[in-house]
Amino acid sequence: MRGNRSAVAAVAILTTALSAACSGGAEKPSSEAASRSAAPAGPVKLTYWTWVPNMDKIAAVWNQAHPDIQVTVSKQAGGDDAAAKFLTAAKAGNPPDLVQAEYQMLPSFVAADAVADLKAETAQAKSEFGEGVWGLVTLGTDAVYAVPQDSGPMMLYYRQDLFEKYGIEVPKTWDEYAEAARTVHKKDPKVFLGTFSSKDPGWFAGLSQQAGAQWWSISGDAWKVAVNDEATTKVASYWGGLVKEGVIDGMPYFTPEWNKALNDGKLLTWPSAVWGPGVLSSNAPKAKGKWAIAPLPQWNAGENHSGFWGGSSTAVAAKSPNKAAAAQFATWLNTDPQALGLLIKEGAVYPASAKGAALMTEAPDYFSNQPDFWKQAADIGATARGFTFGPNVNVTYNAYKDAFDKAVAAKSDFAAAVGTMQDTTVADMQKSGFSLAQ
Amino acid sequence: MRSPEKGARAHRAGAVPYLFLAPAMALFALFMALPIGYTIYLSLRRTKVSGLGLGKGARTEVFAGLANYAAAVGDGELWAGWLRVLGYGALVLVLMLGLALVFALMLDAAHVRLARLTRISIFLPYAVPGVAATLMWGFLYLPSLSPFGEHPFLSAGLVTFSMANVAVWGGTGFNMLVLYTNLRAVPREYYEAARIDGASELDIALRIKIPILVPSIILTTVFSVIATVQVFTEPTTLRPLTNTISSTWSPLMKVYRDAFVTGDLYSAAATSMVIAGISLVLSFGFLRIVKNRAFGEG
Repeated sequence: MRGNRSAVAAVAILTTALSAACSGGAEKPSSEAASRSAAPAGPVKLTYWTWVPNMDKIAAVWNQAHPDIQVTVSKQAGGDDAAAKFLTAAKAGNPPDLVQAEYQMLPSFVAADAVADLKAETAQAKSEFGEGVWGLVTLGTDAVYAVPQDSGPMMLYYRQDLFEKYGIEVPKTWDEYAEAARTVHKKDPKVFLGTFSSKDPGWFAGLSQQAGAQWWSISGDAWKVAVNDEATTKVASYWGGLVKEGVIDGMPYFTPEWNKALNDGKLLTWPSAVWGPGVLSSNAPKAKGKWAIAPLPQWNAGENHSGFWGGSSTAVAAKSPNKAAAAQFATWLNTDPQALGLLIKEGAVYPASAKGAALMTEAPDYFSNQPDFWKQAADIGATARGFTFGPNVNVTYNAYKDAFDKAVAAKSDFAAAVGTMQDTTVADMQKSGFSLAQ
Repeated sequence: MRSPEKGARAHRAGAVPYLFLAPAMALFALFMALPIGYTIYLSLRRTKVSGLGLGKGARTEVFAGLANYAAAVGDGELWAGWLRVLGYGALVLVLMLGLALVFALMLDAAHVRLARLTRISIFLPYAVPGVAATLMWGFLYLPSLSPFGEHPFLSAGLVTFSMANVAVWGGTGFNMLVLYTNLRAVPREYYEAARIDGASELDIALRIKIPILVPSIILTTVFSVIATVQVFTEPTTLRPLTNTISSTWSPLMKVYRDAFVTGDLYSAAATSMVIAGISLVLSFGFLRIVKNRAFGEG
């Protein structure tokens, strides 16, 4: 029986967590003492949790040039699991010195007192980044909780060849997008213009940002939560209507089924972020050279807005005994031209720093049909508006998955699902004791 | 002269059993009692946030009394999870143990060829790790990839059956082996005597073999009840593939979600204690009911 094994695993997890917690408590003073006395003796050793491919190669370049600060990369799986793992390790008292932190997770890390304030160490770096992206690591406070690494402005990926085949234009507004969805599905019932993914709250948050949503804001000493604001409800109702009509599919992104649909030309668009080429080239290799990008459709003709999906930063653990050295590495990694070049080449990262974005010249191989890919991406990126993330994004995101899972399966009211997200978020904050503004 | 020596020996003998027990007790304390104690401790606490909850000292851990337990017991989603698991468990128990019994009896029947090969092939799925098995079945269930055609295996109505199928596929072999091993230990003379009395193979199975198997059936049932209460791997692995499995589909998934997704270790600890209590009641309750049948007769 599988259950027996998961029970064993659960006990193992519990005991590890326990022993980690014990040792964390007991060893804290001694490890601090050790670092103080060891600092002059040997090189500073830093551990770094990240999911960027080939980061070990980039760290090796740093290690070569900095014999006194040696960085060891520990490769992680990305997503919610990575955030949970870091929070657990921080709670247990043995986090890595450096961690890759998605922007929406940073407030949770700050709220759990798991990441350090790098204000003093990053004063120089600030000028390298745009205001929007810098706001994501300060959370609107005086502190600086991480150094931005990559950003994810959203755009519309579409199948050039199939748009021609079905005789549709690249939609400029969401109304045109809906119309195109109807046309395509009518011409071939097996083909959809797109799909609504109930598994990707970050995607939905980006679309809501485009519409002008502001899920969290700080007013005075209290949080204002507005996940069900007008903009978000509008976005949800729009997609809900299309799913109910049956002209937009309801399969989640990143499943084997979705990959197959992309590969076989059964899905014609993907409103996604600038990191899309990596996903498409590995998940839909057959369609190479057939996809192109355009700005997201707009809510009103003549507008020009986008949102962010994903993107991450490099943060330093509050418990790290070598914060200064860690901040030095984080700054180098995300602002030094050599490091940025490596991040682009080895890590397929779209850098958040202006200098880094300027280094992107040659279109991704998968988009060889669109030589000005990065120029387009940069233009779109300039129109992206984000929002301040709150301290319990993980709760909101989980509520999204559960509520929209049900709504998509039942083809029921998507606005109600947004209401559930709001209620769950507020209830969780009330339970913990956050000050909430009405 | 003699008596003190005798006394010393008796004294020594008194200490020896404890010495033999010590390693087991130490391991038990370290890996069972301590974690359970720590879980209970956690379940009585909660995070208290002040203001915006940002920065140092904005978050403290305070004593919560039984509030986490009250929340766990009062959570409708947890009981909905129990209901789902009850349905799932009933399916798995009946199908898996029923199949295991039938296979064991068939393999034990007199003239079965290739018994060893059949036995191994039925047992083999047990060797496939749960996650791998579920992923494999997941691919078979996905409409556009499935070789079975476009059936809604993962729809709201069928998803419980699809999950039960994975568990049955994986668990039947193990349970069959337990029953089969027990059957092989039965002296063949019983059957010979029955045949002389004119019993058919079916009579032998129903009147001799099954009654002999009762203690083993009870054992496998208890194991299976405990395992179904803890169902986690199948729904968690299938969840990314479908809209029909929520993050709190089974009680253990709710614990996982609270602890590692939404970051509330304290609620998770309280809920896990509630789950542990219910599994104890279920398994010991079952044992109590069948006590006489299992251990009364030999």
